[in-house]
Amino acid sequence: MSEPPAARSPAPALIVIAAIVAAIVALFAWAAGWIGPSRVSGGTVANALQYNAGLHRGYRRAHAKGMCIAGTFDANGAGVALSKAGVLRPGRSTVIGRFSTGGGNPLATDGRNVFHAMALRIVSPDGQEWRTAMDHTAIFPVADVKSFVALQIAMKPDPKTDKPDPAVLAAYLAKHPETKRFMDYMKTMPLPNSFANGTYHSINAFRFIDSTGRTRLVRWMMVPEDKLVALDKSKLASLPKNYLFDEFIQRLKSGPVRWHLVVTLANPGDVTDNATVQWTGPHRQVDVGTLTIDHWAPEETGGCRDYNYDPTVLPPGIAVSDDPLLSARSAVYSTSYTRRAKDGSGPSAIGEQFGISGNKQ
Amino acid sequence: MTARQHFHPVIRVLHWLMAALILAMLFIGIAMVSTAGPAYHMLIGLHRPIGISLLVLVLIRLAVRLKTGAPPLPADLPPVMVAGAKASHVLLYLSILVMPLIGWGMLSAAGYPIVFVEGIVLPPILPHDIALYAVLRVAHTAIALLFFALILGHLAAGLFHALVRRDGVFEAIWRNR
Repeated sequence: MSEPPAARSPAPALIVIAAIVAAIVALFAWAAGWIGPSRVSGGTVANALQYNAGLHRGYRRAHAKGMCIAGTFDANGAGVALSKAGVLRPGRSTVIGRFSTGGGNPLATDGRNVFHAMALRIVSPDGQEWRTAMDHTAIFPVADVKSFVALQIAMKPDPKTDKPDPAVLAAYLAKHPETKRFMDYMKTMPLPNSFANGTYHSINAFRFIDSTGRTRLVRWMMVPEDKLVALDKSKLASLPKNYLFDEFIQRLKSGPVRWHLVVTLANPGDVTDNATVQWTGPHRQVDVGTLTIDHWAPEETGGCRDYNYDPTVLPPGIAVSDDPLLSARSAVYSTSYTRRAKDGSGPSAIGEQFGISGNKQ
Repeated sequence: MTARQHFHPVIRVLHWLMAALILAMLFIGIAMVSTAGPAYHMLIGLHRPIGISLLVLVLIRLAVRLKTGAPPLPADLPPVMVAGAKASHVLLYLSILVMPLIGWGMLSAAGYPIVFVEGIVLPPILPHDIALYAVLRVAHTAIALLFFALILGHLAAGLFHALVRRDGVFEAIWRNR
């Protein structure tokens, strides 16, 4: 080995080494968000949801109350011209999904929840998977994740009145006209009296990519075959606790329930990065296939509970748009999934009603 | 100077390529869980394919490393440093191997499709089990942080050999001769 040089002090070299290591640690701390401006993470949003609804361990932090559904999706082939996704080629895909009502309380009364949602995991014959979590509203109350956090805080119900603090809400709405627009929209929209006759919307814009590589911006919706019948909004509080879920279970006894997947193509100039803005006026719409739901099960046994309906899990041919909410939803759903995984799953309202218990499927 | 003083060229190339990728992965991983902004979707889109690539690279590297061995450490290296060098290298290899396997395993346990690149979906390596996911998810972060600390120690030791001891250990992985 080489001769050790005489009388060379190791101090400068050691300082250089320490400086290099310290610089990497500092860079890492910055990347992690431990230093520098504070960030909105999936955890921040999950905390806001828990603040709003209270912490319900073992459940989704939003849309906590739900039930599993299963069936098929039959593509008619009309979507092939829009997207190369296998799920749109003529043929049958399998579907397992979940109906839910909004909010973080897994045992809430159905009349208290104005949000109805349909989440689906569609596996096409080519083995590709498409996950979508849709709401029965065409628009969302906020456009970005920071506003969503502010909304959860502003909408926290007062335990005495079960309604948000009017002063806090007014201050929030003064800064968020988009949420005010959403509330006005909700007032005018009829509330479906069944999961079966609601229309479920993609909320965000997505991109469809066809076999030539051409990209089209789209939104989609599940349009029911059953005729919409509205709930009397003045009598919501008196609805039985599991009204919507029971109604769907009863309805399935007389046969499968169907929806048509209708894809709406954006017109030039349509807003694609803001889910609070509706696409108005005439649009080209394509019915690409039929969703048939013929089974239900409580979450304990239905094979829907332990999945994350992350709307960015998409097959080739479908991709996210520039809507920042999509990345946010992905991050937040993931945090919620991890938190409830650590908690261990709690019993579902529908499972309890039918005397089904146990965590394992 | 007749004994081989350097790692096999394939090992040297893989070492520096993987060093860059692993550091990138640690930064991407810690950054992506810090944000719900547009960066989240972009970063997770990088994290999966790089992770799977690293699994392939480490398997190649382990095979070459086991076949070609390592140059001897300097004879005058104190036994404590020899033991530290050997133990840290075992832990480094173990971390490189285990991190992508836990990542793949936890996506399997959560029931996600494991998309390598668009259209290429890898099979699950564990059953769909949310409780198993919870354990693996915690392990993925914990081991990542220990791995990062180990890499910093490895880097400091390498620089100590290069700048203080000047004993040829750093050159064994660096020099192309």
